[in-house]
Amino acid sequence: MANNNLALKAHLLRRAGFGASRFELEQISDKSYEEIVEDLVHPERFEEIDEDYLKRYNPDVSYHDNIGSHAGRWIWRMINTKRPLEEKMTLFWHQVFATGYYKGDHTPSTIQQIETFRENGLTNIKRILLDLAKDPSMNYWLDNCENHSDQPNENWGRELLELFSMGVGNYSEEDVKQAARAFTGWTFEQPLPLYPYGHYETKFVFNESDHDNSEKTFLGRKGNFNGEDIIDIICEERATTLFICRHLYNFFVEDEAQVPAWSIEPPRNPEAVDTMIDILMSNDGEIRPVLSYMFNSDFFKNSFYKKVKNPSELVAGTLKLSGRYSVVPADGENVGTLYGTVAVMGQALMNPPTVEGWHTGHEWIDGGTLNERVNFAVNQFNDVSSPGFRDILERLGPLVESVDLVDSCLDLIGPIEVGEETRIALSKYAEEIGDVNLGTNEDKVENAQKIARMIQLIVSTREYQFA
Amino acid sequence: MTTFTQKSPVFVVVQLSGGNDFMNTLVPYSNPAYYDNRKFLNISEEDVLALDGTLGWHPEMAPFKELYDRGMVSVVQGIGYPDSNRSHFRGMDIWHTCAPDEVSTIGWLGNVIEQLDPSGDNPLTGVNFGVGLPRAMSKAGVPVTSVSNLDEYGLMSGIAAQQQRDQALQIFKDMYGQAVGSGPVMDYLSRTGMDVLSGADLIKVAPQQYESTIEYADNPIAKSLRDVARVHTANLGTRVFYTQQGGYDTHANQLPTQPGLFRDMSRAVNDFFADLEEHDADENVVMLIFSEFGRRINDNGSGTDHGSGGGAYLVGKPVAGGLYSEYPSLERDKWEKGEDLAHTIDFRGIYGTVLEQWLGLDAAPIVYGNFEQINPFRAN
Repeated sequence: MANNNLALKAHLLRRAGFGASRFELEQISDKSYEEIVEDLVHPERFEEIDEDYLKRYNPDVSYHDNIGSHAGRWIWRMINTKRPLEEKMTLFWHQVFATGYYKGDHTPSTIQQIETFRENGLTNIKRILLDLAKDPSMNYWLDNCENHSDQPNENWGRELLELFSMGVGNYSEEDVKQAARAFTGWTFEQPLPLYPYGHYETKFVFNESDHDNSEKTFLGRKGNFNGEDIIDIICEERATTLFICRHLYNFFVEDEAQVPAWSIEPPRNPEAVDTMIDILMSNDGEIRPVLSYMFNSDFFKNSFYKKVKNPSELVAGTLKLSGRYSVVPADGENVGTLYGTVAVMGQALMNPPTVEGWHTGHEWIDGGTLNERVNFAVNQFNDVSSPGFRDILERLGPLVESVDLVDSCLDLIGPIEVGEETRIALSKYAEEIGDVNLGTNEDKVENAQKIARMIQLIVSTREYQFA
Repeated sequence: MTTFTQKSPVFVVVQLSGGNDFMNTLVPYSNPAYYDNRKFLNISEEDVLALDGTLGWHPEMAPFKELYDRGMVSVVQGIGYPDSNRSHFRGMDIWHTCAPDEVSTIGWLGNVIEQLDPSGDNPLTGVNFGVGLPRAMSKAGVPVTSVSNLDEYGLMSGIAAQQQRDQALQIFKDMYGQAVGSGPVMDYLSRTGMDVLSGADLIKVAPQQYESTIEYADNPIAKSLRDVARVHTANLGTRVFYTQQGGYDTHANQLPTQPGLFRDMSRAVNDFFADLEEHDADENVVMLIFSEFGRRINDNGSGTDHGSGGGAYLVGKPVAGGLYSEYPSLERDKWEKGEDLAHTIDFRGIYGTVLEQWLGLDAAPIVYGNFEQINPFRAN
């Protein structure tokens, strides 16, 4: 039973964060599951991560130049933060409000947008949407800076409704046009040119002279609406609450059909989503109560293997185990390379391919990405001197009997459960290598490789692909 | 066991993601309505690469025009479908599944690959280059290979010692090879893992055998098409290739953006066919270039918003070059939704054309119906 509790906590931390090493699980062993949930939804109880060490060893993250360094810095934060849900919600909103760096090539505003999600990600729907509407990176991405009173550009107005709040089928083409008019004049300060000034931040400005001040009719309401009014109206709609709750359920609990199918396919668990909607509405759009309810629910606790890890989860979670990117990164490790790592698995952080974001769930996996995922995880355990692996070795004790090897390793990697066929294949390997002696330092040097191979096989399993 | 001869018809799809602006690809430069409606974003008569007295290519499409002049390009003017969906995501879904009225997870090329290789013996019958398998290629139970880096494709490649790598691969095979219905996603993982194992084994010869005098440019679409050429010339039985070029969502700054995309794309396509010709491997290859929708007729002062009807291209030696279907009317009362080019031919008819006239497959079960076809292939 105690062990089940440990497995449940590990499950919670994989979903609400990016996994946990055994050391991290031990640190919270005196807390109940419910207390851990409360800690997660209140990240302010814990100190913010100090980036000084990272900056000393990876000086490029101090500059606003290379986007890859900052995507890597984000993964480093996922691995090392004491506020895992804060980073997870940042990723959640990034996935919903997908903004690609490649269009603007302006690193400071990309970083700024992620920072905004970090600050407001656990607050209130209305604030989150309003911050988004004023975000320079989004503004440029969806061309609202080209949305003029005499020549409206409806890109932002359309995606706000289709992809960021209500979903297809809940508004008309005319509503799109009216929303676009309401956001005319919402733009940003022209940033200084890159040369010779370097990268400088920009900020939102409302250009009143470019705002369409005439009457609009939006979702049946009439008035001289500005952008704030549009967001107020959107937030009154049940469709918006449903949309957000489906996203939360899809991201944290169980893979759903892709977003375009939502107007046709009902939620997998309508009862759960209905309750989440009620909680979100009765709390005026506050996110925390919904998350607390969700993480404490039975449907969440029973959702093992219902979600495929996204690449960030796979990479950050595996690096938590290997320990190569702890607060002080291991020798020669540059966090910037991690951007390429998640990108080849299909999730270029800060740089999604389109405004629709990534196809998630089992669509993370195809021949190419599975190849990358397996090889990456395996390669983290080629080096038997990595701190995470050494910790696993210590915990295995002086002698691991062949019959215990599979279970002991599965326990330390998760705990995770595997299916029968996986267990048989792993046991075959355990039998081949026999009992493993780890009593002395010489034994460890000699036999580390055998244990490492077992870990490599475990992180290659199908089961490991699930969050 | 399916048989593949070197001359079996091969089909290459190039997807231009984001919705390419057809009006500024093949420009109706003699029509005053074009300049009336494209006040800011127009290509002047002096700049177009004229192909007749009425239409001209965008100036950066020169390498593509060269193929056209050699009779290797059939232009499908006005491709689209009724009540075009302006969402990229949904629009692309519709093109990938041929299902505009429901959300389907069965890709049309998934169906094609299944029919070309019913037993699923060859995981290389369908090969995608790029990150992420397009829905067009996916169908439950149909093996396809998706390669992001051809030179490093293969499992456990980080385990240096060959003997240990082989051992790890064997255990991987044991773990993934035992699909016993433990849920659809778990089964999908099993299948995918086994396909990677066998696909990687087969495809590794492609980079080893390839030699060419063609120097492709250094950009993603050129790299992808070079990979297609490397695998095609290795004769591994691939019948369907897929790749894409992104960036066509030009709501703003279209003027500086679109030319670079055209330059990369048209050069890459030209190099690709030159490469195949050099290998005497171009007789059996037809390429389809498409985008999920065209763009609005009126520009917005900087770019163009999502529209409806657009253009597609069939390219290759077997193609009888020329203009097909009709260029959509620029007369205001003919505009779709009052703003867009109306389609003049359904994309499912063009798929049908390729299926029946090129791949020799029955179109109706794949495109779900009968749609008007064109006749773009040379008579043998």
